[in-house]
Amino acid sequence: MARHNVLGAVLVGALALSGCSGAKVGDSSSGATGDCGTFNLAVNPWVGYEANAAVLAYVAEKELKCKVTKKELKEEVAWQGFGTGEVDAVVENWGHDDLRKKYIDEQKTAVSAGSTGVKGQIGWYVPPWLAKEHPDILDWNNLNKYADKFKTSESGDKGQLLDGDPSFVTNDEALVKNLNLNYKVVYGGSETALIQAFRQAEKDKKWVIGYFYSPQWLLNEIKLEKVKLPEYKAGCDADAEKVACDYPDYDLDKIVSKKFADANGPAFQLVKNFKWTNEDQNTVAKYIAEDKMKPEDAAKKWVDANADKVKAWTAKA
Amino acid sequence: MVAVAAPRQLPRLLHRYKQALIIGGIVLAWLVLWLLFRNIGTLPLDASALTPLHRWINDINDAVGASRNSNPVFLYFFNEIRLVIDEFVTFVQALIAQPSFGRPVPVIGWLGVVGIAGFVSLAVAGWRVALLTIAGFVFLGLQGLWQESMDTLSLTLAAVVISLLFGIPLGIWAGLSDRANRVMTPVLDFMQTMPTFVYLAPLTLFFLIGPASATIATLIYAAPPAIRITAHAIRSVPRNTVEASESLGATRQQTLVKVLLPSARKTIVLGVNQTIMAALSMVTIAALIDAPGLGKTVVKALQTLDVGTAFNAGLAIVVLAIVLDRVTTAATERRKLPRWAFFGGLGVTGVLVYLSYTYLWAAEFQSDVEIGSSIRQGATAVTEWAQDSLPLITGGFKDFVTFVLINPLQALLAESPWFLVALVIVALSFLIGGVRAAVVSAVCLGLLVATGLWQDSMITLASTLVATIMVMVLGIVVGVWMGRSKRADRFIRPVLDAGQVMPAFVYLVPFLALFSASRFTAIIAAVVFAAPVAIKIIADGIRAVSPTTVEASTALGSSSWQTIVKVQLPMARGALTLAANQGLIYVLSMVVVGGLVGAGALGYDVVAGFSQGQLYGKGLAAGVAIVVLGVMLDRLTQAAAKRWTN
Amino acid sequence: MDPVISVRDLWKVFGSNASQVVASDELKSLPRSELMDRTGAVAAVRGVDFDVAPGEMFVVMGLSGSGKSTLVRCLTRLVEPTAGTIMFEGENILEADPKRLRDLRRNKFSMVFQHFGLLPHRTVADNVGYGLEIRGVPRAKRGERSQEVIDLVGLSGYEKSYPDQLSGGMQQRVGLARALAGDPDVLFFDEPFSALDPLIRRDMQSEVIRLHREVGKTMVFITHDLSEALKLGDRILIMRDGQVVQVGTGDELVGAPADDYVRDFVKDVPRSNVLTLKWIMRPPRPEDDLDGPELSPETVVREAVRSVLSADKPVKVVRDGELLGVVADEEILGVVAGEA
Repeated sequence: MARHNVLGAVLVGALALSGCSGAKVGDSSSGATGDCGTFNLAVNPWVGYEANAAVLAYVAEKELKCKVTKKELKEEVAWQGFGTGEVDAVVENWGHDDLRKKYIDEQKTAVSAGSTGVKGQIGWYVPPWLAKEHPDILDWNNLNKYADKFKTSESGDKGQLLDGDPSFVTNDEALVKNLNLNYKVVYGGSETALIQAFRQAEKDKKWVIGYFYSPQWLLNEIKLEKVKLPEYKAGCDADAEKVACDYPDYDLDKIVSKKFADANGPAFQLVKNFKWTNEDQNTVAKYIAEDKMKPEDAAKKWVDANADKVKAWTAKA
Repeated sequence: MVAVAAPRQLPRLLHRYKQALIIGGIVLAWLVLWLLFRNIGTLPLDASALTPLHRWINDINDAVGASRNSNPVFLYFFNEIRLVIDEFVTFVQALIAQPSFGRPVPVIGWLGVVGIAGFVSLAVAGWRVALLTIAGFVFLGLQGLWQESMDTLSLTLAAVVISLLFGIPLGIWAGLSDRANRVMTPVLDFMQTMPTFVYLAPLTLFFLIGPASATIATLIYAAPPAIRITAHAIRSVPRNTVEASESLGATRQQTLVKVLLPSARKTIVLGVNQTIMAALSMVTIAALIDAPGLGKTVVKALQTLDVGTAFNAGLAIVVLAIVLDRVTTAATERRKLPRWAFFGGLGVTGVLVYLSYTYLWAAEFQSDVEIGSSIRQGATAVTEWAQDSLPLITGGFKDFVTFVLINPLQALLAESPWFLVALVIVALSFLIGGVRAAVVSAVCLGLLVATGLWQDSMITLASTLVATIMVMVLGIVVGVWMGRSKRADRFIRPVLDAGQVMPAFVYLVPFLALFSASRFTAIIAAVVFAAPVAIKIIADGIRAVSPTTVEASTALGSSSWQTIVKVQLPMARGALTLAANQGLIYVLSMVVVGGLVGAGALGYDVVAGFSQGQLYGKGLAAGVAIVVLGVMLDRLTQAAAKRWTN
Repeated sequence: MDPVISVRDLWKVFGSNASQVVASDELKSLPRSELMDRTGAVAAVRGVDFDVAPGEMFVVMGLSGSGKSTLVRCLTRLVEPTAGTIMFEGENILEADPKRLRDLRRNKFSMVFQHFGLLPHRTVADNVGYGLEIRGVPRAKRGERSQEVIDLVGLSGYEKSYPDQLSGGMQQRVGLARALAGDPDVLFFDEPFSALDPLIRRDMQSEVIRLHREVGKTMVFITHDLSEALKLGDRILIMRDGQVVQVGTGDELVGAPADDYVRDFVKDVPRSNVLTLKWIMRPPRPEDDLDGPELSPETVVREAVRSVLSADKPVKVVRDGELLGVVADEEILGVVAGEA
């Protein structure tokens, strides 16, 4: 008896609760989608890319009324997606000659959609305090002088050159050998490892030299200084074994799937026309990485402040 | 007296320690030869260099990719599988995680999910666990991660359901047939030790980017425990129970359904438990191919080294894991819910589901109390404090271990000629496990040479051994403590659970700060992951030592130390060897994560292979090398265990 | 009466070359250890012959390793015999196909095991009804029958308990009830009580004797305990190294051991409990006074002690009016004194 009473009371109470309160699901209608269709945008895992993607997605959604699907993928997987039809665009590509050859030249599933306007630079960097106290370190010729200072548990009796992100091609082992440097390349293995190393180096005045690149959001926080290597000349990196020159400058570009380009919809037009500068990207990247804004909010803030630039991208669409 | 006795004892001692002497002799000879032949025949390979085998794998990979849209196997086989899995996962997501069926919210809102989870826990695991479940799920909401958690839960449940759908029948088969078992064991070894990074990219080629690939990646890792444990459970049903059934004229079918499966149920549920835990540990890695959920939050936060956010999401994974673990563990007990409670719970759940379907407040988790940001800030503060104040000590510790332990071992393994190392390992295998073990080791070593990554394998082996030693030291110290004190056990166990399921990505950032990018950092990460398993096994082993024996020892006047060293540890040696074996396997499964923080060698090869097309073949070869190392060490420790426990 | 079970030249050899062993007379004649050395095969049962009469309690006794457990498993083909014949009610069981074999197991014989072999996840009632469930007996009927046998073995009130909630003796009662539930013609017992405490074992032995009397089934009982064998068995088969050493009633074994092995075995048996007068009587001598009391030759010595010792003349052993012999104080005292 008592048990049934308890049960009944609970049920009645719950029903009473349901009868009296709250807005119902579906009371407000959701936003309509436009005629742009679905836009599959790959998002590669670094903040600079995220900035490009955030702004593009924001504009495509708000101005063109596209349904944007962001897919968070590593580069290799993203390019693969061109072929399977799951990715329409990669909006910041660092060289990747191997991928170009495979997907643009051989499989013909991807095409280039021009520069993003952002210039990429790869090289060896040192923390600012080191550049300030030992300005001559910024010339590779003096590196051997300081090799001792860069010794760690990993490099033994040589200086440690911290390499890192496995996503990028590196010639560093060949460079060390061909420039006769008394250094050992140590593979940090991730961007995280590099950033953490430089942050600590600057804070605690530790000796660190390593592979890094710009644009990168960390450079807003710590102005790493690039070490000058023998100047890059076209073709000097042709033979990977014999490289003895700096990395080339990268014109970061956009790659889209062949299908997406052929369809020539408004989203493709937007991607093709999208072009900004290193400063623009750094601004949005800072919103995301340091101010911890959501990508949408970061994009909105920048778009609101740069209506004219955005207009140029969408004008012809 | 002593002087007279000693010579007479010498031959006996010699005989008793014969094996130890032989092993010592082998190692000594190795040291001498190492001095002589140092840095000859070490088979090194530069980070960017490739062998013909690596190029050949690349070509195959390219060929498969190029034929994707024309090959009938893709069109009619993989596509169908993908469609079924995608439908299934999307359906579960539509129920609890994603806006669906034209609604701006999922079909069942948070209140309904909490109700269902609570009710299921109540039915299978009792009141206490039900309360834990409800608290855990509400906590996920308060963390501000409701939707992410539900996405992760959907994907995990889908992967687990599919794992069990195949795993349990396969396990039964392996349990009934020795031949099936022999065929399956190496396949399962392969599935469990092959680093996910190796097959992640090809998976998206076969099953596209989306839930199907993520689910399959998860179940490749998660299904083996279900298969193994089911097979073990079937095998451990007492012979005479089966005989009794047969003597009554039961068919094979009847014996299976009415005797074997019900008797094995308890153990099979443990298999389900292990499968769930394994699936949850894949959450972050699956996020690299766009799997939705908490993993994405972790990976994203890591791009900006935002430890707070990563920790918050990692904590949500831990909460999910603990809830699912406690529910499945409790489900092994026999219990019957009173009818009134069952139907009452069902009724209440029905109402909650209805509410969450209809009203916004019950559908979307919104609360004034938001603890996510406090957790984020707290974790960030702790990390920053540790990064600021500890590196001096931790750095010294790192250097000490590196110079005393890692470097000498690595020098011996990686700077000896390959044939010398191979000879030593085969000889030791023979001493430990006889001809069989020697043959297995010889084949494995041959395969390592064939991968073209001999030296990298030896560097990884050195780190693996150091990590395993540390795991065992921790395992014995903490395990004995937990085994002897119930209170310590209660207190430490949740911490161990957290260490096991907290995604490594979360603690890599502070570790990098404390130990910089180095092999030692990788070792520490592996220890954090592997030690909990070893500790738990040893604690259970110590507790399983018969209390009578301990009592007898105490009655003879042993001190605690004597009881531990002379009674409990020797009697728990089965558990000790199992712990060493599992510790090794878990350490190996962290080799790739180690590659992300400076371990180099095989781990880095795999990571680079995942990131760069032209290194894919090398990455795959490195993955195979890790598997081969795993198989070799596993068989060796098992052989040693057999010897020691007999 | 025709025997229920008739076993002829039964062999069970373990090992990959078992069939070669039984095909060769030379190998068959080798002692076990030598066979092991030569072929790697283990002969567990070697050329066993015996018959079991309807309603008989037939005990197979032997030490561990004698092959008795394998023998009983061969009878129901839980272990597949290598050679020989087993006739059950005129049918050679070794020729039964799997379906027929299952029918036999379901309807004709059942077994009680040393370690009970109960299903831990089922209640007592469901364990008892398991055999019926397998046959496809409807639930209601199953329940009825289970209850009957549960009452029969004295487990009333424990129907809803689980095996792990019962003592060993009670668990074996469940095993017994399960075997009885199917109303088989023959019950096999494989050392059913050796895992039980002595007191409980005695109870269970009495229980089996009672059941044997009440339900009148043919029973084949395996044991390593001679006193159990003597207590229960109508006839006893003694096994050693897979072979039959002797088959006979208890008093036959004690009174006329076939060899030293059996003699050694029965040495410590309280003979007065087992031997009957026919084993100790002697032919009348001329000086005997032949008008003393009469007793049957089947009278157990212990029961005759009082009459013999109190009579002042020798007791006559008489069957159907025919004088078989006499028993006097010295014969009785010889048996009783031998036990001291």
